[in-house]
Amino acid sequence: MDTRFFTTWIEGIAKAVAENREHLTALDAAIGDADHGANLDRGFTAVREALAAAPPDSPGKALTLTGTTLIRKVGGASGPLYGTAFRQMGSVLGSAPDVTPSDLATALEAAVAGVRKLGGATEGDKTLLDALAPAAGALRRAVQNGTKTEDALDAALTAAREGARATIPLQARKGRASYLGERSIGHEDPGAASTVLILAALRDAAGG
Amino acid sequence: MKKLINDPEHVVTEALAGMAEAHPGLRVDLENKVIFRRSAPSPGKVGLVSGGGSGHEPLHGGFVGYGMLDAACPGEVFTSPVPDQIIEATKGVDGGAGVLHIVKNYTGDVLNFEMAAELCAEEGVEVASVLVNDDVAVKDSLYTAGRRGTGATVFVEKIAGALAETGASLAEVAKTGEEVNARSRSFGVALSPCTVPAAGRPTFELGPSEVELGIGIHGEPGRTRAPIAPARELARVAMDAVHTDMPLSGDCLVMVNGMGGTPLAELYIVFAEVAAYLREKGATPARSLVGNYVTSLEMRGFSVTVCRLTDDLTRLWDAPVETPALRWGR
Repeated sequence: MDTRFFTTWIEGIAKAVAENREHLTALDAAIGDADHGANLDRGFTAVREALAAAPPDSPGKALTLTGTTLIRKVGGASGPLYGTAFRQMGSVLGSAPDVTPSDLATALEAAVAGVRKLGGATEGDKTLLDALAPAAGALRRAVQNGTKTEDALDAALTAAREGARATIPLQARKGRASYLGERSIGHEDPGAASTVLILAALRDAAGG
Repeated sequence: MKKLINDPEHVVTEALAGMAEAHPGLRVDLENKVIFRRSAPSPGKVGLVSGGGSGHEPLHGGFVGYGMLDAACPGEVFTSPVPDQIIEATKGVDGGAGVLHIVKNYTGDVLNFEMAAELCAEEGVEVASVLVNDDVAVKDSLYTAGRRGTGATVFVEKIAGALAETGASLAEVAKTGEEVNARSRSFGVALSPCTVPAAGRPTFELGPSEVELGIGIHGEPGRTRAPIAPARELARVAMDAVHTDMPLSGDCLVMVNGMGGTPLAELYIVFAEVAAYLREKGATPARSLVGNYVTSLEMRGFSVTVCRLTDDLTRLWDAPVETPALRWGR
């Protein structure tokens, strides 16, 4: 996976976020403050511009620029959290021109660790971690089993989807939804939903 | 959606442009979205910076001026500011005595202010922060993000700001800010939801005879829904929640705050009930504020915030202040 693969991935995220802006905002209105779609759309629009203005020459640099731009432009909790996730991935991949599926699994694991440390959440708190952590785990297992890249990314996406769906019956313990107490039960976490979009774009970037 | 706007995407910057025109005592950096005192930085004085999502006006920009904040950074509507804004504000008000960040306890605000504070520290600006978390509607436990910062933010900004004007140190100003927060509690009630401009739809639906109890300030639903009741009963629900958490006694600073769309007369009706409640508990409404100070766009409803005063805090509350939204004694 080269730089082009990663910029395709990020372009795909920007497109998916724009298309799903209303959906993410509706999920957020139910248990939060109705800005998740608008914030991520603003952030990834800025990421697109940043990548066009200074085309990165390695996958790591593409991801670091994405993370830094999200931190600078999004605000809220999702800006620092997603920003940190991408920066952690960028930092793990360094300036290597090519990335193996195993490197990508390591990068996603670093993203999970970064989000967990910054936000203080664990799985089951009804946050984006509930989709991201299972995806990283599934990718690692698939890579260890020698699964080909497309199928490994499929497995990661499926795990993220299942994780996001599993947030519906959970009571939120972190973030703004936690203020609702039991009333947060019955709604999908918007952060988990946007993580699914990110992993779907990753799967699409691999083609096939 | 029916709003007095030009474009949902430009609400924050266009409102800032209006503030700049209306208040010559302020300097508004439209590019970085920071509202400064025109005279900032004040050499030798601790700088006070606050910020948070827009939609709570006059919080925070309306509290920039003598005796209160040195700068405010407004984020998008109901979205915390980004670190770049906070860094710009912090550097712009550093008069050599350090800068105090006043942060409302929301995950996004906390994360963005923390990131900014770290970067400022690397550049040699001394930063301390006070976390405001006065909302008793949220259970403060491991199972939530902790109590929200709401009405007490006004008290912290005013009282810490007054102390900073006296030339007190960063540690002293931070300590007093924390003391105000620790002695303050709030509870809010909504009669109608609000509509975030970029979302275009109300954040929740309320039937014609329903209210939300225990709301925050972001149009988020509260903890429970109840049938509408006379102001007397709604005020009692709010004050019971406050009193249960912090038994009321002595001189109190009391704010009955409108959420943006509440007639002032209704807020005074609530204030009469709140004052009666305090007296019933043996406490005194010694200082008061009635009006729209920490709003949720056009939401109808109120919040009540009570701070148990000390002589020092009373003196600092009474000290002169000159901002767009609070001014006396000068």
